[in-house]
Amino acid sequence: MNIDKDLVAAMATPLVLAILVESENYGYAILKRVRELSGGELEWTDGMLYPLLHRLDRLGYVTTEWGASPEGRRRKYYEITETGRAQLAEQRRQWDTATRTLGGLWGLAAPAGA
Amino acid sequence: MSMDAETENQIAGWRAAILRGRAVDAADADELEGHLREQVSDLEAVGLAGDEAFLIAVKRLGEVDALTAEYAREHSDRLWKQLAISRTDDEPRQPLVVMLVFAALAAVLIQVGRLLADIPGTDGMWFVRDLGLFVLPVLAAYFAVLRRMPVARALALLAVVAAMAAAVTLFPFEPHSATGILIAIHLPIVLWFVVGIAYVGGELRSSTRRMDFIRFTGEWVIYYALIALGGAVLLGLTSLILAPIAPDAIDDVMSWVLPSGAAGAAIVAAWLVEAKKSVIENLAPVLTAIFTPLFAVMLLVAAVGYAAVGIGREFDRDLLVVFDVLLLVVLGLVVYGISARDSGRAIRTMDVLRLVAVVAAIVLDVLVLVSMLARVGEFGFTANRVAALGLNVLLLVNLAVTAYLIARVLQGRPAVHVERWQTGYLPVFGGWVLLMVVALPPVFGFA
Repeated sequence: MNIDKDLVAAMATPLVLAILVESENYGYAILKRVRELSGGELEWTDGMLYPLLHRLDRLGYVTTEWGASPEGRRRKYYEITETGRAQLAEQRRQWDTATRTLGGLWGLAAPAGA
Repeated sequence: MSMDAETENQIAGWRAAILRGRAVDAADADELEGHLREQVSDLEAVGLAGDEAFLIAVKRLGEVDALTAEYAREHSDRLWKQLAISRTDDEPRQPLVVMLVFAALAAVLIQVGRLLADIPGTDGMWFVRDLGLFVLPVLAAYFAVLRRMPVARALALLAVVAAMAAAVTLFPFEPHSATGILIAIHLPIVLWFVVGIAYVGGELRSSTRRMDFIRFTGEWVIYYALIALGGAVLLGLTSLILAPIAPDAIDDVMSWVLPSGAAGAAIVAAWLVEAKKSVIENLAPVLTAIFTPLFAVMLLVAAVGYAAVGIGREFDRDLLVVFDVLLLVVLGLVVYGISARDSGRAIRTMDVLRLVAVVAAIVLDVLVLVSMLARVGEFGFTANRVAALGLNVLLLVNLAVTAYLIARVLQGRPAVHVERWQTGYLPVFGGWVLLMVVALPPVFGFA
């Protein structure tokens, strides 16, 4: 299934922030997690993750820190900030409303934990 | 997990491609490369061959163009920030500190000179003659430190400068002497060659390094002019601000800030050229491209005009200086234009224009020489006439060979010969100005 590009773009920020809530992480692993969660259905051009992460950094939603990979290459880790968590909570409210609205029309149950 | 050589090559090529647009910086490239490598490893782990894994991993990362465009959108500042100094964390800070120390040194030295020249009862003229000695040796020393010049060589250079300083200071110049003014003109040029020796860092014979120094000279002039403009605005506003509250302080501020600023700026400009080579490398060719046609037209008109009217009796020293500067500018335009040519897409029209400019310059130079020889025949040699005659002969030889070489370039010969000729000619100019400083005043009795 191909998910519409705009929808993917809209999902990207909350998705990445939500993954970072689990633990601090680096780019490649974040993408692996996205694939895992979406069962491979969410197609994403890998490279585009990084400008997004840099934007989140600029907005203060994440902080970055250089670490090292097991092979000794440098690797940039991203950690969510308090602002990031607040932003995620706000986005979550919006997404809940969106899914509840559509769910009401399409006869789906509203997602739990709303 | 280590990659095979072929994959390493491909990764290096891809990295160079994403860095090209400058929207992606080295740290971002590290991040993306790490991603690429991990993806390749994972794909190889499930059984793909190295090149297959690389192809798929690159495709997943996205088209280089789309990727860099996305980076450019997020980091549009970077495309401008190139004008400021970007320094990655692992680069040493030392050069900045070194530069500041040397700039401060030049600023202090010039004040010492100024205060000495102000002592009542002394002839301040020596300060005008020696002005270059307070700044340019500092610049040379800066490069000697930067290039880690061997101590023996540095001391030799220092001895040459010291000998020259002693000679110029001890020469018993007559008041308002012509040779004194000639020294004031030529000494800075000699010292600039000293800077050049320090700049090329021991590779005196290397044509490439000499060309680097010629480029450095042009770029230094551009940076210095920019700093001077900024400085003029600063000082202008300062005096306007001070005028209502402390009009008496304006002169003091000027006499402290202006010389020190001008001296320090010489070092700062050199540092900027070194730090930001690539930016101005893009600017000098643009300036050359704009001004080569304009100068070609101007020279052509001047050559035809002077050839028709003749250089009259009123041809004096000031006009001569103007002519010599004009010829040097033409030479500069040709050298920069030739050296900045993209060998891939040489523009024939520009070469033709260069040839026109050089030929017109030759005509002007011949007219000047004829007029000067007539003068010498009539009134004999003076220091001024020797200096002018010598420089014009040197320029004529250089321009004639340059014209020949550009004509050959138009026939399809490589442009590098023009470059070689100019870099090979540098010692001739250097030797001549040195002669002007150390030999001319004694020969003409310091008149």
